[in-house]
Amino acid sequence: MTKIRKRSNAPIFWGLFGAGGMLSALFVPMMIFITGIAIPLGFLLPAGTMSYPKMLAFAQNFIGKGFIFAIISLSLWFAVHRVYHSLHEFGIHAGFGAKLLCYGIAFVSTVVSAFVLLGLGF
Amino acid sequence: MSEQKIIEIEVLRYKPESDEAPHSEVYKVPFTDDMSVLQGAQYIKDNFDGSLTFRWSCRMAICGSCGMMINGIPKLSCETFLRDYYPNRISIEALAHFPIEKDLVVDLSGFIEKLESIQPYIIPKEPRTIEQGEYIQSPEEFNRYIQFTSCINCTLCYAACPQFGLNPDFIGPGAMALLHRYNMDSRDGAAEQRMELVASEEGVYNCSAVGYCSEVCPKHVDPASAVNINKANAAKDYFLRFLSPKGGSK
Amino acid sequence: MSKRKPYVRSMDGWWKKNPYFVEYMIHESTALFVAAYAFILLVGVVRLGQGEAAWNTWLEALKSPLSIVCHLVLLAGAIYHTYSWFKILPITMPPVIVGGKKLAPEVLTGSALVVAVAAGLALLGLVWRIAL
Repeated sequence: MTKIRKRSNAPIFWGLFGAGGMLSALFVPMMIFITGIAIPLGFLLPAGTMSYPKMLAFAQNFIGKGFIFAIISLSLWFAVHRVYHSLHEFGIHAGFGAKLLCYGIAFVSTVVSAFVLLGLGF
Repeated sequence: MSEQKIIEIEVLRYKPESDEAPHSEVYKVPFTDDMSVLQGAQYIKDNFDGSLTFRWSCRMAICGSCGMMINGIPKLSCETFLRDYYPNRISIEALAHFPIEKDLVVDLSGFIEKLESIQPYIIPKEPRTIEQGEYIQSPEEFNRYIQFTSCINCTLCYAACPQFGLNPDFIGPGAMALLHRYNMDSRDGAAEQRMELVASEEGVYNCSAVGYCSEVCPKHVDPASAVNINKANAAKDYFLRFLSPKGGSK
Repeated sequence: MSKRKPYVRSMDGWWKKNPYFVEYMIHESTALFVAAYAFILLVGVVRLGQGEAAWNTWLEALKSPLSIVCHLVLLAGAIYHTYSWFKILPITMPPVIVGGKKLAPEVLTGSALVVAVAAGLALLGLVWRIAL
């Protein structure tokens, strides 16, 4: 008897996970250092680096906008994929609700950041 | 005169006809430095309890029969030595993640079915006659799959894989290594056919890249690599399947 | 009548039983650190959209000792994410053939980590140039 196998939809989430994992592996440590340590402490970088005019200009720039969006969105798609699978590994068989919550968080964050970033204009 | 060394071997015993659950028993086994854990089990069977049941055959790490958990790590008992654990106690148990049939013997029928399901034979790209002669394969083509032919079906990788432990329907590392062996063989043309399994819910996306399977493989097959390379292949197939009538897995 | 009664063992606490699995769970958890930072950035972006006053409040909050300490913790987690991500690269990537031979896993991971450090420094350099 030939078993009818269901195709997994995992590739979508796996692709986003892989892209986010790679992007965050390359850039998030330095991003944390820059925005969370160096600039607040005025260390290595001038304190005005993230002033409103400068940040607005950066976010209005095509590349700057894209970079901010990619870091936020892809990092979250990466993280929620891991969290969802970790639930399974901890023996929590959370089902569709958990899947919706986890990927929903990434989806909502993606939409919010896109909305705000586009709203800032070019 | 050197003293006879004694090592304690703790065995997880289970008799289906009389036990509700497995329980440990400790045996004090005299040993010499050349003795393997398999020989330790054989000593127990020969001298303490003839009912101790375990699989073994070649005792030289090529048949794949004697796999067991040794201090919680999946190993071939014929190439694991008592001297490396002495003076501590060794605990041996049936391979993890499989149902225990009796003592150290597990139910491997699921694994066998998975091996059968991947069509583990050359399916030529097009029919070939004897007159056409033999396939010519370059060293580069040979190197692309030869590593994956080393698998001895010992299932240590399944005992190592927590995702298989959590979901026994997962096709698993060993079957994927064999599948990959055929897909990567230049004589074979059935990667698309095998893709259905790879991309299914029991397929490669159950893997979370723990990598322990490749760590424990006694033949350095690297099943983790076989599984993970096919995640990309399955993704290609998933996204490109509407573009080409035959699907995107090529 | 068959006397078979296969016994299925529990998977409870499986990851605590082997140091390899403990490390696996630790490196999986670094995703939470990355997520936390992404949320901080998300809040920042929203504040940016709300105008200068809102943005400056967010910026000030980053200067608090609590924020600095949090970011140091997040930094540690993010660095471990980078390290563990590239450590499993030999598994997740197809074999890299150089001169007819497969590249050794240590070489692949090492090279990838060098690239990661370079990427970070490039980012720092870029920000430095924009800042001045």
